[in-house]
Amino acid sequence: MPGYLLRRILAAIPVMVVVAVFVFLLLRLTPGDPAAVLAGDMATPEQLARIRASLGLDKPVIVQFVSWIGQLLRGDLGTSLISQTPVTTLIAQRIEPTISLALLTLLLSILIAVPLGVLAAWRHGGITDKAVMSFSVLGFSVPVFVIGYILIQIFAIDLKWFPVQGFRSISDGIGPFLQRATLPSLALASIYVALIARMTRASMLEVLGEDYVRTARAKGLRETAVLFRHALRNAAVPIMTVIGTGFALLISGVVVTESVFNVPGIGRLTVDAILARDYPVIQGLILLTSALYVLINLVIDLSYSLLDPRIRY
Amino acid sequence: MSAPILSVRDLVVGIGPDAASPIVLDGVSLDIAAGETLCLVGESGSGKSVTSLAVMGLLPRGALVARSGRVLLEGEDLLAADRRRLRALRASRMAMIFQEPMTALNPVMPVGRQIDEVLRAHTSLTPAERRRRVLSMLEQVHLPDVARVFASYPHQLSGGQRQRIMIAMALILEPKLLIADEPTTALDVTTQKEILRLVHELQEKQGTSVLFITHDMGVVAEIADRVCVMHQGTVVETDTVDAILRAPRKDYTRRLLSAVPSLTPRAPRPVASAEIVLETVELGKVYARRRFLRRAEETVAAEAVSFALRRGRTLGIVGESGSGKSTVARCVMRLVDPTAGAIRVKGRDISSLSRSALQPHRKRIQMVFQDPYRSLNPRVTVGESIAEGPTNYGVPRDAAFARARSLLEIVGLPPDAITRYPHQFSGGQRQRIAIARALAMEPDVLVADEAVSALDVSVQAQVLALLDDIQERLGVSLLFITHDLRVAAQICDDIAVMQKGRIVEYGAASEVLTAPRQAYTRQLLDAAPGRDWDFARFMPREPAAPAAAPVADVAKPSGGH
Amino acid sequence: MAETDTHAAPVAGPAQRRGRNLSLRRLAPVLAGGILLLIVAAALLAGALAPHDPLQMMPSQRLKPPSEAYPLGTDAFGRDLLSRILYGARISLMVGVGVTVITVAVGLPLGLLAGFFRTLDSVLMRIMDGMMAIPSLLLAVAIVSLSGASIWTVLMAITIPEVPRIVRLVRSIVLSAREEPYVEAAISLGSSLPRILRRHLMPNTLAPLIVQGTYVCASAILTEAILSFLGAGISTETPSWGNIMAEGRMYFQIRPSLIFWPGLLLSVCILSINLLGDSLRDILDPRLKQRGAER
Repeated sequence: MPGYLLRRILAAIPVMVVVAVFVFLLLRLTPGDPAAVLAGDMATPEQLARIRASLGLDKPVIVQFVSWIGQLLRGDLGTSLISQTPVTTLIAQRIEPTISLALLTLLLSILIAVPLGVLAAWRHGGITDKAVMSFSVLGFSVPVFVIGYILIQIFAIDLKWFPVQGFRSISDGIGPFLQRATLPSLALASIYVALIARMTRASMLEVLGEDYVRTARAKGLRETAVLFRHALRNAAVPIMTVIGTGFALLISGVVVTESVFNVPGIGRLTVDAILARDYPVIQGLILLTSALYVLINLVIDLSYSLLDPRIRY
Repeated sequence: MSAPILSVRDLVVGIGPDAASPIVLDGVSLDIAAGETLCLVGESGSGKSVTSLAVMGLLPRGALVARSGRVLLEGEDLLAADRRRLRALRASRMAMIFQEPMTALNPVMPVGRQIDEVLRAHTSLTPAERRRRVLSMLEQVHLPDVARVFASYPHQLSGGQRQRIMIAMALILEPKLLIADEPTTALDVTTQKEILRLVHELQEKQGTSVLFITHDMGVVAEIADRVCVMHQGTVVETDTVDAILRAPRKDYTRRLLSAVPSLTPRAPRPVASAEIVLETVELGKVYARRRFLRRAEETVAAEAVSFALRRGRTLGIVGESGSGKSTVARCVMRLVDPTAGAIRVKGRDISSLSRSALQPHRKRIQMVFQDPYRSLNPRVTVGESIAEGPTNYGVPRDAAFARARSLLEIVGLPPDAITRYPHQFSGGQRQRIAIARALAMEPDVLVADEAVSALDVSVQAQVLALLDDIQERLGVSLLFITHDLRVAAQICDDIAVMQKGRIVEYGAASEVLTAPRQAYTRQLLDAAPGRDWDFARFMPREPAAPAAAPVADVAKPSGGH
Repeated sequence: MAETDTHAAPVAGPAQRRGRNLSLRRLAPVLAGGILLLIVAAALLAGALAPHDPLQMMPSQRLKPPSEAYPLGTDAFGRDLLSRILYGARISLMVGVGVTVITVAVGLPLGLLAGFFRTLDSVLMRIMDGMMAIPSLLLAVAIVSLSGASIWTVLMAITIPEVPRIVRLVRSIVLSAREEPYVEAAISLGSSLPRILRRHLMPNTLAPLIVQGTYVCASAILTEAILSFLGAGISTETPSWGNIMAEGRMYFQIRPSLIFWPGLLLSVCILSINLLGDSLRDILDPRLKQRGAER
């Protein structure tokens, strides 16, 4: 088991290297002069030179790469072109709302999606199944900001159950936090629920056709025991996988949702960086979220061996 | 006969609830008395499994529906029982074991807990009592080291052990009725024998009635009290095992029995040619799995395998699963690369030729695969499939298709088959197409890897006859890989018995099958179910006299290792 | 290997069981196809259908409610909303089709080769793993902010993160198909590698590829709208659905229709493509139905 753990962790390293190289090349291989694009049309030659120096574009590529990797390994994600603050500091200031929103969304999505998927598979072809599938297609199709505005219109403006926008930290109390985080989490959850419910259904359908499910029924077990004790656990690996890969969707969703609901998190930081053409911030966010993605998927990978005793290689 | 434990009356099962849609069971009736074993036999599609699932109330929901009739378990109509009642009856009064013990057990739950679930669902015993009972049941099915087995996962046990677990699970509450659906079909013969013995032992002890579903007449001869023959959803005839095997009343039963190959080897054929077309010398294959941060794991799949095949002869390689017989076939085909030894095709060693250097030799050896449903590309017409090989070797398209047409005739298919797709044919017909495809290359050697194992006996007999006929007409040599000694007896001139990657006995079929020199061969023969019956002659087999065939026709006799 | 006769018995599919739903199953793709055709027609004929110039600003007509002259009202610059939405369809469809074509053209050959050559596979898949680790929206944002907001940049920015998905899909199909006995049979028959790829492996990838293509198309349209909405899309003067909504955000409480109409159209468009994809999947490969395609 420790060997397995170590091998999985080591296997994540090349992925991170590819991410780093890719992000590095992105800036260097962009046709034209990225510094000019970033500086905007009104830039003076001094400003241009400053941006080049700040991005490290004024040195040979190899030197750039070595110093860049060195910085990364020291945890230095660069410095904002606008505020001259280290990117890590900027991110640290904004990370709390995003993380609490993401965790709430994750919790909400799994609690809604998994039972729905199980039910749909169990009643395959029935009305419940059709409803769940229709809902899931809708979840994929309606953009998260449209859902956000619909939720605001109905629950904040018409029904006045929730405030229109804003955010309160969880340290201000669970009540105020939930009051402001519920609508954005629901909007964000729509696509995630669609994704997980669809995969749960597909995976359960496959498992429900397996012989051991028939065995469980032949033993005279209750249907809930058959579904949850026998089938769901066997169906869990693809569901966990999709939760992991869906994390990328969650990131995109967070960026949009935060700007719709005016939440001062990473997403807002991204939008502000886009508007200010603050490339180092965008680059730092890419590196951070990619590392997070790799980490989450590593944890999920490791969880497979707990779910399925056959996976121990 | 006293009141039967199970009585099925005029059972009709149809596809879906719609009365107009087709039916798969048409008025099935049968009875099983207390302590009796009733064998339900039939070919695929006969409805024998559907019958058993209908009894258990396990028909796939919505897809198959019992439309009329009665299923009486100790007088209680199961078709009228509600879900809750059915659940209560399962495992406690009627239990079932299935064909594939690997897939029938939940792979992510320790087997002890899976048996324990039965007790939890049906009794109010304390956890300690339940554990005691499970352990004692594990002992009754003769599993070693029961405490360790209790905590094991299915993948940590062998196939035979898994089936023992299934039996323990089914019989722990001492049900009146045990339904066994092909429970030994996926197992090797030696394991099959042990499982059959175990079922019999527990049946005696508990007085259980057994409904045993099988396609294998050998198994029927071994275990049945009475036999119920099914065909296309109806019962053909039901009688005592002796009456069915000696004097079947119905034509269908006679045909079914006649198709069962005999264990008595075919009469030795004269050697027509001394030319050796295929020869392996000390062939070996070691699979090495290299793993990151771990030492390479080596598995010896075949070791020091030497045999020689003459023109127009048939060499059988027999053995249980994992014996390495398929590895040898795949090495000879160069679908896997051997790690030691030589493969000589007409004297030329092809074991280490590169892909391109191999090209001219490929056509000399062709293969017929086990599963006719997967060995033909579903998107390619039959004609294109057969013509593919010759066109690869420069035969013009027209000529290749003309040859395909004549080959279809040889294998007994209509000429219009050429433009059709594989899914329009049955399993047996597809295997004929696969044979035609192999023959299109005009090979010297045809390798048949379990080529009739997936087929029903009657179809199997036809395909075997076809292979024989082809050999006669075209003089092709056959390398015939099989686990089935009966099939081997009917088609092989020589037989090599493999165990754990090695050839343990090699000689003329008449010798190996009647006077085996090695203990393992004897053990295999001993385990062959129904070995004392000659089904096609409707009588017990005469003890075979050691054949007087000369040993000279074996190219390279070699003893055991 | 023996067979159980439950498998041999014909088993009814869900469609056979419920006659009424059969019509519904057929109706969905027809409806979706019809809607898509309408949107395509609207995009092509935008010049003739639009009542106004989508770019012409009328400061006196700011944020007007629907009227005869402006069927859906006007935006904050006094431009006609309906005209802008009609022209916006052009951008969305162009992006959807463009991204799909480029993604498949790049992903299919890479996936086929990766599925057949072990060494290439291990290198290529590490690269694809790395690319998939980067959240696609952030990657697109980075590409657009580096090279400016032309439609080509946006196309590239959306295409690059989609490619690994196609490569993985094709590769996994090839990997499982090459284990099929019929591929081994083709090897035994002396068929060359290109022939095996073309004849025995590529046809297997076609149906899942078409289905996945529709999902790529839907996802591309969605991403383009999000990019525009965040201010990282094509330049703000161009009327795209995302741009219209981005501008409407500030006036959401006064005039929600600025977000409602483009949002509705966007959703309906993506929904139709997804529905079409689901139906195609059911028709082309019944086996896929159970698995659920990759997203």
